[in-house]
Parts: sequence; structure tokens; C-alpha cells
Amino acid sequence: MNLIKKPLSDFGEYVMLMGRTFTRPDRLRESFRCYLDELYKLGVSSILIVIIISIFIGALITIQMQLNIMSPSLPRYTVGYSVREIVLLEFSSSIMALILAGKVGSNIASEIGTMRVSEQIDAMEVMGINSANYIILPKIAAMVSYIPFLSAFSMITGLGGAYFVALFTDIMPMATLTHGFQAYFKEHYIWYALFKTLFFGFIISSVSAYYGYSVKGGSREVGRASTNAVVVSSVLVLITDVLLTQIIMG
Amino acid sequence: MIEVKNINKSFDDRQVLFDISARFDKGKTNLIIGQSGSGKTVLLKSIIGLRTPETGEILYDGRNSLAMNTGQIKELRKEIGMLFQGAALFDSETVLGNVMYPLRMHTNMTWRDCKKRAEFCLDRVNLHNANNLYPSEISGGMQKRVAIARAIALNPKYLFCDEPNSGLDPKTSLVIDELLSDITHEYDMTTIINTHDMNSVLGIGEHIIFIDKGYKAWEGTSAQITTSGNAALDDFIFATPLFKDVKGYLVSQGR
Repeated sequence: MNLIKKPLSDFGEYVMLMGRTFTRPDRLRESFRCYLDELYKLGVSSILIVIIISIFIGALITIQMQLNIMSPSLPRYTVGYSVREIVLLEFSSSIMALILAGKVGSNIASEIGTMRVSEQIDAMEVMGINSANYIILPKIAAMVSYIPFLSAFSMITGLGGAYFVALFTDIMPMATLTHGFQAYFKEHYIWYALFKTLFFGFIISSVSAYYGYSVKGGSREVGRASTNAVVVSSVLVLITDVLLTQIIMG
Repeated sequence: MIEVKNINKSFDDRQVLFDISARFDKGKTNLIIGQSGSGKTVLLKSIIGLRTPETGEILYDGRNSLAMNTGQIKELRKEIGMLFQGAALFDSETVLGNVMYPLRMHTNMTWRDCKKRAEFCLDRVNLHNANNLYPSEISGGMQKRVAIARAIALNPKYLFCDEPNSGLDPKTSLVIDELLSDITHEYDMTTIINTHDMNSVLGIGEHIIFIDKGYKAWEGTSAQITTSGNAALDDFIFATPLFKDVKGYLVSQGR
């Protein structure tokens, strides 16, 4: 019974929290200042990790493709084509979202959870400030508005990683890889991938904020909330990915 | 003046406050005392509105906060200053930023005026040259003083303090006590302090309520507390060897 009751109760609390979050800010200027802070903290500070991971994954996919799927019966541009499709359609949006769920999600949950246990949230409430709106809304806004740029960075650097392999190894010529990148290119795949990230950004930030905000207890519970935030937002990202893929591409 | 009437509060099946009624006068340091777990923090948080009691009334100068709508509560809270047990300063803000925060959120003052007011409040709590430091860079006593400065920034009518001396050495505790008492009289606020520090009780307790196992067990002043004749209160205040000696002395004096 608890298996059904607990998720339903959590979902109800999440919806109520979002209800409190999506209200008009008490002070637009203050909220905008917080939004800019979050933009830096959640978005800009994630660029490096996104670039590093994307370059290496782009390179690895290229090497694996060349080593494992190439056969005389397939055209030579297959590797480039496959790498491009994987990077554009799934890696730079979905897999990057999972990585961000780990980095940003745990950051959000632990930060808000610590504010909860150290009574900073209570202090805001006593001052008559809608703490959910003040703390959570800028995080969601920053994440949703910045994640498409992170995804775009990931696309560019992922394909760049593939070029590095062609440039510094002799497993395939650069021209063949470029030909593969250009073959049967559909521009709307890029828009589809970027569109998906808006949902992922919302899920990661709002779910993590919910787990942080609802912490009761001490540091142990903050740690648990952080873990739950990553696990639940990752699962929800994957479920949403399947649904969106089926709806948009199916 | 704050008046609470017939407050009952439970968590699930466990009742923690039983029919508490009390009056906290303006311009006085009102103390709620009791052992850890007696329900005094729940009572304080119920008065502020961070917990909702099942029954009763909480009257802020005649206005029942339990019957207010969200907008009215928001307005009321602008009249409240609160000092939390752990200071509850915002980690992401500097000392000055913390004190300016309620001003930025609730007034239309310019940044320069907010800064001026915040500096005045910090000066009032005798905190100098710490404006640009973050809460993690200052001592516990300084954090408490910043929290007091933040609490008085909006010139509140009501000041609440949850164990203001916890984690502080006796000398710093005395400074905080004196500061709270001075501010209460200076600004003519209704101050309610939640404490189990006997030095505070005897030093600044103008009106004291003793909570025992969720019940109001005694009410009086610091002058009356040592001779209350209440067994539970005697157990509480004469628990330490020092106060046992004080009791021995009082008995020997026939008081």
C-alpha cells in the first residue's frame, strides 16, 4: 500500500510546491538578480564538464563505430553518419541531461536542503517571503533557459571529438568523416533535441528542488535528498525522453 | 502585546502542547523556559506561524493570526523579527547583505538607504568591520549579533528569539542577553525569548512562563522564580551544582 501511497503523496506535495513556486515574485529585481546568479552557478559552471565529456564521448563513439560496425558492405560514411545521429539525437540532449541531473540536481537538492535544516527557509517565511518562489523559481528559470545552450555546446564539441580522432589517428580520413556528418542531414533533429532539453531542464531543477525543500532532519537527510533527487530526476528524464521521442518522431 | 489562548498542538498522535494560554506584554522581555523537549520551541513556532495549532487563538494586538488570510499574514510578518537558534543567516549573502535583505524585499528604499539602515543596525549590535564577511567567516556570537541586526532592520513590533545563547560562551551570552533587553526597551517591542539558560532567566526575565511536558506549569518574574514552590520548576532551575548552592543559600536565609 505504501508503494502507491508514498509516490502519490510525494507527487501531491511536488505539485503544491510548484504552485507556490510559480507565482509572481515579491520583488522582480531581486528575483532577476537571483536568476543571473543561478545562470552562472548552474549553467556557466557546467560548460567545462559538458565540453570534456562531449569531446571524449564523441571520440569514443567514433572509434567504436569504426572498429565494430564497419564492413565492406557498408558505405564508408556510415561512421560519420552514425556518430552525428547519436550525438545530435540522444547524447547531447538525453545523456547530457543525465549527467546534469548528477551535477546540477545534487547541487540544487543539497543547497536547498541545507537551507532547510539550517532554518534559512524558515527565516524567509518569518519575514513574509514566499521562500519557494524566491529560491526555486530562479533555479528552474536558469536551468530551462540555459540547458539548450549546454546541449548545443555538447553537439559541437561531441562532433569535434570525432574530428580529433580522424585528425590524430589513422582510423579514418577526415573527408570521409565530414561526408558522413553531412549525409542525409535533417535540420529539425537539432531543434527536436534542443526542445527536449527544455523538459529535461525543468525536471532536473524542479524535482531536485522539491527533494531539497522537503528535507526534514539533518545532514544525513540532506545527503539522502540529494541522492533521491539524482535518481528520480534521472528516471523521469529517461521516461520523458521515451515519451517525447514517440510523440515527436514516432 | 501578544496573547495566546488555549493552544493545543499535536504531531500525528503525539500531543506536545496542552491548552496553553499566556499574555506577552509590550516593552518587556518575555521568556518561555523549560527543559529540552518540553514544547517551548513548538509554542514559539506556533506563535510565529511556522506551526499551526489545532485549536486556540494567537492575538497580535488583538488580531488573530490563525484567522488571517495569506495576504494578512504576509503583512503581519513584516512586523516580526526573529532570531533563530542557529542564527539562520543566508550563506550566500555577506553580513551587510543579510541585514539589507528584509529591507530590499519589503521596502522601496534605495540601495544606498538600505545600506545606511543596515550599517546603523550593525552598529547598534556593536558589530564593526565585518560588513563584507560571509557568515562562515565570523564567530557564533557575531552571527547572533548579525541575526539580531537583521531582525530589527525593519523596526519590528514583535521580536522572537529561539535559544539565543545556545552554543555561546557565558560572557558572549551575557552580551547577547543585554543587547536583547536593551533593544526591547529602546524600541518598545514585544519580545519573546525561548531559553533554558538560567543566567538569561535571572538576568533579563521580566515575565517568565515555564512549560513542563507541554503544559504551562508556572508564570511569574525572575524575582519570584527561585521561591515559586513549584516542584517541576525547582527541579529545572536548581539542576546544576551552582544553582543547588544558590538554593542552599536561599534556604539558609529562610527564603
